[in-house]
Amino acid sequence: MKNSLKTGILAFMAIAIAFTSCNDDDPIAPADNSRYMQEDQMGRPAINTVFVDAAEKDKFNTTTPSQQGPSFADKFQSKLLALNPGYTNNALGLDAETFTGILATDVLTVSTEGKTTFFDGTNVLTGRALADDVISVELLLIFGGPEGAANPGLTDDNVDANDKAFLNVFPYLATPH
Amino acid sequence: MKKKNLLLTALALFATAAGIVWAADHIDAPAVTSTTSDITDYYAFQSPENPENMVFVANLQGLLDPAATASAKFDEQVMIEFNIDNTGDAVEDLVIQAIFQDGKILAYGPAVPSETGLVSRIESEGGAVEAEITAYNESAIVGSGKGMKVFAGPRDDPFFFDFARYSDIIAGNAASFNNPGSDTFAGTNVLSVVIEVPKSMLGNAATLNTWVESKRKI
Repeated sequence: MKNSLKTGILAFMAIAIAFTSCNDDDPIAPADNSRYMQEDQMGRPAINTVFVDAAEKDKFNTTTPSQQGPSFADKFQSKLLALNPGYTNNALGLDAETFTGILATDVLTVSTEGKTTFFDGTNVLTGRALADDVISVELLLIFGGPEGAANPGLTDDNVDANDKAFLNVFPYLATPH
Repeated sequence: MKKKNLLLTALALFATAAGIVWAADHIDAPAVTSTTSDITDYYAFQSPENPENMVFVANLQGLLDPAATASAKFDEQVMIEFNIDNTGDAVEDLVIQAIFQDGKILAYGPAVPSETGLVSRIESEGGAVEAEITAYNESAIVGSGKGMKVFAGPRDDPFFFDFARYSDIIAGNAASFNNPGSDTFAGTNVLSVVIEVPKSMLGNAATLNTWVESKRKI
C-alpha cells in the first residue's frame, strides 16, 4: 500500500517534471532543488522510546517540535504516572504535568554562553556533551522523587562513562572498535 | 515491598505495551528501525577546542558490530538536518544540512530555511563545506571552510547504558540495577556526522532550542 502510494507520487512528479520540461521558458529545476521528507527526529535522549506508545512512535518522529506539546503532553503525563505511580515531584521540583509538558516538546536546549551539559549538579539542560550520563539523570528525574532518594535501585544504572575515551580534538568521538 | 512490586508490575506492563527498547534514540520507531535514516543519538556542546564554536553531532545506524562497520554506508538519499531555533518558539530559524555524494559529505548552512517543518530543500546559496567520508580504520578526515569543520564516518558509539539489566528489570526478572553495571553499547559503532560551527553564525540568543532530523529525498 505504502509502495503503491509512493509509486503514485513518483508518477505524478514525473509527469509534473515532464510537463515543466516542455516549457522552454521554465528550465528544468536543478538537481539540488530536490525535496526531502522527514523520517526521524531527536532532541533529548530517549524521549520517543520512553514516553510514546508503540503505535505513535512514527507519528512523534514526524510531528514538528512546535506541535509535539499540544499533541503529546497529556499522553506523556499518563506514561510517566504509569512508569512511576508514586510520582509526586522530582529533583528539579517539577510536578508530573510540568515535567512532561517540558519533555513533550522534544528539543535540546543549548547555552551559547556557558557550560554545555545535560546536568552536572549545577547546570541543567544547557546542552549535551559526549560524556554526560544522560540515562542516570533521566532515571533520577523519573524515579527519584523530590529528594532523588526514592527507588534507589532504579535511579542509576551504574554505568557512568563510555567504554572508550573521547578525543580532545575534532571530531571528539572515539575511533571505532 | 508491595509498593516495589506494584512499580515493577507497572514497568513490565509499560514495557509490554510499548515493546520498549530504551536506548537514546536507537531503533526508536518502526518506520526507521534498521534503516539508513535511523538517528541513534544527538549531541550539542561547546567546542572543547574553541569556546567560540558549537559542535553538533548526529549518530546513525547504531549497534554496528566491528565486523559490519566497514560496509556500513551513509545513504545518498538521506539528509541530516540540524535545526536551530533562536527565538524560543520551537520552529527552526536556521538549519545546517548534511548530504552524502560520491564519497563526500557536503554540509550546507547555517542558513535560514526556505520552508520550515517536515519538508526541506537543500539551502545551497552559501555553498557547502565538504569532507571525504572517513573509511573504517582510516584517520579522521576533517573538512573545513567558512570557519566550520566537518566530519563523517564510523565512530565508537558514545552512548552508554546497562540496557540488558534494564530489560531484566522491565521483564520482572530483577528488582534493581547492578553495581557496577555493564555497558550494553560497549564495543559497538555508529556512523557519525560531526559539524563544528562558530557560535556567531547561530544568532544572538543566550539559549537555543536544537534538534536533529533525518529526511529522505522524495
